Amino acid sequence: MMNVKVLGGGCSKCETLLANAKEAIEKAGVKAEVEYITDFDVIGSYGIMSTPALMVDEKIVSMGKVLKSSDIEKFLK
Amino acid sequence: MWTFIQEQILGMKWLNVLIGNLLNTLGLDTTEKIGGTVQFFIYDVIKIVVLLCTLIFIISYIQSFFPPERTKKILGKFHGTLANIIAALLGTVTPFCSCSSIPLFIGFTSAGLPLGVTFSFLISSPMVDLGSLVLLMSIFGAKVAIVYVVLGLVMAVAGGTLIEKLHLENQVEEFIRNAKQIDVPQEELTVKDRLKYSAEQVVGTIKKVFPYILIGVGVGAFIHNWIPQDLIVRFLGNGNPFGVILATIAGVPMYADIFGCIPIAEALLAKGAKLGVVISFMMAVTTLSLPSMIMLKKAIKPKLLGVFIAICTVGIIVVGYFFNAIQYLII
Repeated sequence: MMNVKVLGGGCSKCETLLANAKEAIEKAGVKAEVEYITDFDVIGSYGIMSTPALMVDEKIVSMGKVLKSSDIEKFLK
Repeated sequence: MWTFIQEQILGMKWLNVLIGNLLNTLGLDTTEKIGGTVQFFIYDVIKIVVLLCTLIFIISYIQSFFPPERTKKILGKFHGTLANIIAALLGTVTPFCSCSSIPLFIGFTSAGLPLGVTFSFLISSPMVDLGSLVLLMSIFGAKVAIVYVVLGLVMAVAGGTLIEKLHLENQVEEFIRNAKQIDVPQEELTVKDRLKYSAEQVVGTIKKVFPYILIGVGVGAFIHNWIPQDLIVRFLGNGNPFGVILATIAGVPMYADIFGCIPIAEALLAKGAKLGVVISFMMAVTTLSLPSMIMLKKAIKPKLLGVFIAICTVGIIVVGYFFNAIQYLII
């Protein structure tokens, strides 16, 4: 089971990334749990300075960008 | 030559003529109030959207070289006032949205950057950016645009330095002061990546600011054609020595993009408002807003937030009066 984290302060950009991430998981047909982290304490502890950010299995794959679901799929393989 | 660039390319005066002719052909008299309002509205919306798309594309390309992580590293190399100046300058090119302000704050603080340097960045970032420089140039002319940017940077440096001198480090929330420094490896971007990023930024930003542009231009068109000139002169022009203060206080809680403010500013100026009054209104709207204050409140305690708001407000008022004083020289 993969772990996908969407990190952001809860603005509209972050919500979009969350939705895209869920869509990508469905399309890719992988088993993954999605966490939505809005706690700045936690976001900062990963060293992330621009939100929204995306992590797959504890690795930061994108920062400060709203990725499309097709772009997210590439990280799920 | 420069006049041609400014009026026809940046100002797109030919478009205004074209729309005017088109509306006249359709039977709408553009010398009348309603026709004039429609003409101003269509012309301004098209002009701003075209300028905006071009600008955001170029700017995003430049910005893709300066992610906040890199800015943090660059800033770490400088000390004293020089660090504040570099922070204010980098604030103009680092991509930034108000919801990123707290992670950015954490990153800067954990890297050991002084509080004042962080604030120089936070002041300059929303107020002065490359986009506002070019848009101001197309509407108010090069001199006003350059003075605006220079004064914005001076304000960011002075504000940051003042916050540093006041030793308010204990006013930053614990979780930010205690954060450990972590360096995230940066991905290497190819030219194709940067172009793709820039194109996405154009689409994203237009979607976000389009309603503000419509509202801004709508209000601008209304002022342009319906509000009597003497009323504006009396309240925002020569008739009112407190116009700058009034405009600043009205602008602080408002939240809008600089691209939405410019059409309003343009219309007010044309109707006899003083330059300093419209500039301070624009600065107040873009630099301070309720949503950004609510966000910052999570990171800093009320006293520092109060100092930050006070410095920005006073700075904007000073800049406004300065513009009033030199208006005859630059317009």
